Amino acid sequence: MISPVLFWTVAILTVVASLALLFARKPVHVAVAVITAMVGLAAAYVGLEAPFLGIVQIVVYTGAVMMLFVFVLMLVGVDQRESLKETIAGQKWMAFALAIGLGALLVSVISRLKVSVAGNPASGEPEAIAHQLFGPYVLVVETLGFLLVTAAVGALVLTHVPRLFPKRTQKEVQAARIQAGANPVNKTFPGVYARHNALDAAALDPDGEPIEESVQRVLKIRQQTVDTIQFRDETRHRRRELGAKEEDQ
Amino acid sequence: MSPINFVYLAAVLFAIGAATVLVRRNAIIAFMGVELMLNAANLALVSFSRIQGNVHGQIMAFFVMVVAAAEVVVGLAIIIAVFRARQTISLDDPAELKG
Amino acid sequence: MLSVSWLLIAIPLASFFVLMVAGRRADAWGHWVGVAASTASAVVGIGAFFALVGRDASERFEAVHLFTWINGGDLKVDAGLLLDPLSITFVLLITIVGTLIHIYSVAYMAHDARRRIFFAYLNLFIAAMLLLVTADSFLLLFVGWEGVGVASYLLIGFWNHRPAYATAANKAFVANRVGDVGLIVAMGLMFAQFGSVGFAEVLGGASGASTAMLTAIGLMLLLAATGKSAQFPLQSWLGDAMAGPTPVSALIHAATMVTAGVYLVVRAGAIYEGAPNARLVVAIVGAITLLLGALIGTAKDDIKKALAASTMSQIGYMMLAAGLGPIGYAFAIFHLVTHGFFKAGMFLGAGSVMHGMDDQVDMRRFGALRSAMVITWVTFGLGWLAILGVPPFSGFWSKDKIIEAAFVGDGWQPWVFGLSALIGAGVTAFYMSRLFFMTFHGKARWTDDQHPHESPLLMTVPMMVLAVGSAFLGLFLAVGNRFQNWLAPVVGEHEHAEPVLSVPVLTTATLVLVVLGVGLAYLMYLRRSVPIEPPPPSLAVLVARNDFFQDSVNRAAFQTPGTHVTRTLVYADAAIVDGAVNKQATAIASFGQASRTLQSGKVRSYALIMLAGVVVLGAILVMGS
Repeated sequence: MISPVLFWTVAILTVVASLALLFARKPVHVAVAVITAMVGLAAAYVGLEAPFLGIVQIVVYTGAVMMLFVFVLMLVGVDQRESLKETIAGQKWMAFALAIGLGALLVSVISRLKVSVAGNPASGEPEAIAHQLFGPYVLVVETLGFLLVTAAVGALVLTHVPRLFPKRTQKEVQAARIQAGANPVNKTFPGVYARHNALDAAALDPDGEPIEESVQRVLKIRQQTVDTIQFRDETRHRRRELGAKEEDQ
Repeated sequence: MSPINFVYLAAVLFAIGAATVLVRRNAIIAFMGVELMLNAANLALVSFSRIQGNVHGQIMAFFVMVVAAAEVVVGLAIIIAVFRARQTISLDDPAELKG
Repeated sequence: MLSVSWLLIAIPLASFFVLMVAGRRADAWGHWVGVAASTASAVVGIGAFFALVGRDASERFEAVHLFTWINGGDLKVDAGLLLDPLSITFVLLITIVGTLIHIYSVAYMAHDARRRIFFAYLNLFIAAMLLLVTADSFLLLFVGWEGVGVASYLLIGFWNHRPAYATAANKAFVANRVGDVGLIVAMGLMFAQFGSVGFAEVLGGASGASTAMLTAIGLMLLLAATGKSAQFPLQSWLGDAMAGPTPVSALIHAATMVTAGVYLVVRAGAIYEGAPNARLVVAIVGAITLLLGALIGTAKDDIKKALAASTMSQIGYMMLAAGLGPIGYAFAIFHLVTHGFFKAGMFLGAGSVMHGMDDQVDMRRFGALRSAMVITWVTFGLGWLAILGVPPFSGFWSKDKIIEAAFVGDGWQPWVFGLSALIGAGVTAFYMSRLFFMTFHGKARWTDDQHPHESPLLMTVPMMVLAVGSAFLGLFLAVGNRFQNWLAPVVGEHEHAEPVLSVPVLTTATLVLVVLGVGLAYLMYLRRSVPIEPPPPSLAVLVARNDFFQDSVNRAAFQTPGTHVTRTLVYADAAIVDGAVNKQATAIASFGQASRTLQSGKVRSYALIMLAGVVVLGAILVMGS
């Protein structure tokens, strides 16, 4: 039998997480909610004497499927804020009404069941599952293999974009760059100093002035750069200490 | 507590998943609703397997998981293809079937 | 000769087709073909007559079977001819008078470009009329009946470039049509009762049918007769029918077509024998019409319209006689024959006057024509004396006998019918004399450009032949009751009954009234000069001149309500019948339009519908279990 604590924990967890599906604004929040629900369900499976399935749930669903979802979310726009305002007239309340109706229907059907719970359930260990899978259900497993291969190939085919123009060679890219007026040589790397070689220090040109374009723009915007002058001055100071002549500085 | 309660829970989750598909405009979130429905079905299957005392329900739930995974792959590929063409994943935008 | 009597009909019919198809190149000789066809029919008719005369009285009928016409289940009608004394009498009248009028028309229509077509129509008429009188079943009679209606329509509207004439042709056809309904219903009743529409079955079996059925058939046949013979209440078309050329008026609307109704009533005598009430109605209709026609005739200034009113009145006499039963049948036909001669003669005379006076018809513009058109004057005068009923001319022998027969019977009938006939005779004398004096006597009231002259020989010779008939035919047929004996096999032995007033009294009274009528006309129209402009009419004259407002009555009683009914039906058809269909279509279309909103193209709407369907189905399944 099931522990009530387990049941109620799982129930509240999954239902609340599912409600986030309905009402959350950002898609990433929704994805996280779904992951939570899946984990809750995995716990339920374990409680229902199906440990193998519980682990598979975590591995496949939360590990693979939801990650796929998150990747695609990132591709299509992770920071969209969805408006919850409904565009089709009557859709929202009709949908809720129908969903409640569906739920009521299912509940009414379930309530009519007379079930006698088996006292000694079969084991849900991987061994037992494996005996069943590769025993009576082996053909289904093979078919599922086909299915998975088909799915993978299908995904490739669907996302394949035929090349409409010849691929631009590196020579063409360079030529285009020069024509656009870009600098033919590489950008200067950030400065490497004795006491600092992070990316946030600008390089020094032969005149001793910092080269602004050697530091990433983002760091400048975030004001996370380091003042390079101190490194220049400190270098000169150290060199003087070490007895270098003025004209070599 | 009888495992039948989990079946009730599965019914509730199924209804919530159905509502999600109908209410949300974002294609990916709607797809997640579909996944929720599948999971609810899985939960019901596993509960009944516990009630019956054999593993058949669990086997079926396993199969459902595999199929759901394959479906997710293809579905997301479609969403990406559509996004590439239209730059939007709203379910309201493609209305060429309008009569 | 009797076995080829179908040639009577075939020859004029063939001539009709030839003349219609031949085209312009036949214009030079087409009319002679028409005359020849009519003459050929006359020859065949005379031959058939002599063939019948040669037989014994009881054997004087010949049934000529032509072909099987209708063989449909219960209704079997063979096309055949019945030649007996009644039909042969009509055949002779039609062909002889018809041929004379054909010859007359050659000269009368000499200046008309469509003369050939005129003769084609005349031949069509002859063929149809002969079919009518020789048919051996009511259905074949009906074919001839309709045929003469068509010919009458074509001929009245011959000059249809004048809208008024075309309208007159329509009016005649429509009035005839109303009567035709009676004949069709009567045929239906006959078929229901006797299982056949042939004369032999219907007339032979009439004694076995119920009075109610026979009365119904009789009344329906009377309706048909009133339409064709211009009797009350379907008499309004005859005056307007004078729009046709004068030979048409002479042939169709004096001698032959308008007498077809009388033929029908006499032929169906066996039916009226068993339906005394219907017979009474026939007599009443006849009496009303004879007075109506006479009164109308007193006020008309158009010579042809006055003669048309006279025709209406004289046919009223014939109907009255036919409605008196066996005592009157023979006299009805007798009067019909004599009337055919003298009325046709007078119409041809009127045509001759019009020909000489440049198609003038207003009698107030005539006067003193007897010196300018002597032959016309003489022939017309003989017809005038005949219609007056002056002995020894034709009219005396036939009309007086009708007046005598009208005074036979018990109760109110002899007095009402007899007095109407008697008074009618007096009024007839008055208005016919008025017509004669205004036209031929008195001072000349011609317009300045008129030079009346006598008509050519082709016109005057037929008039002369008809005048001889007007003068002597009556005497010839009355000698030894020759005509009654001739008709006896068909109409039954003539019963002689005593009138309520003795015969000499009646004869004297008639003659006195005739003299009074002539005298009054003499005083008013010969002694006094006739004003050229009609004087302001008194009420009586006004009513008579307007045909007793028959057109207004028809319009108010039938046309206006009928138009309302038609408009209502048309509206109902458009609104309800069409509307139902159209609204169905519109409803389907709007349903489709409404259904379009379901196809929004939005995935979520479709998903909603799917979920709704699932929930509903699930609910049904759950409830059901």
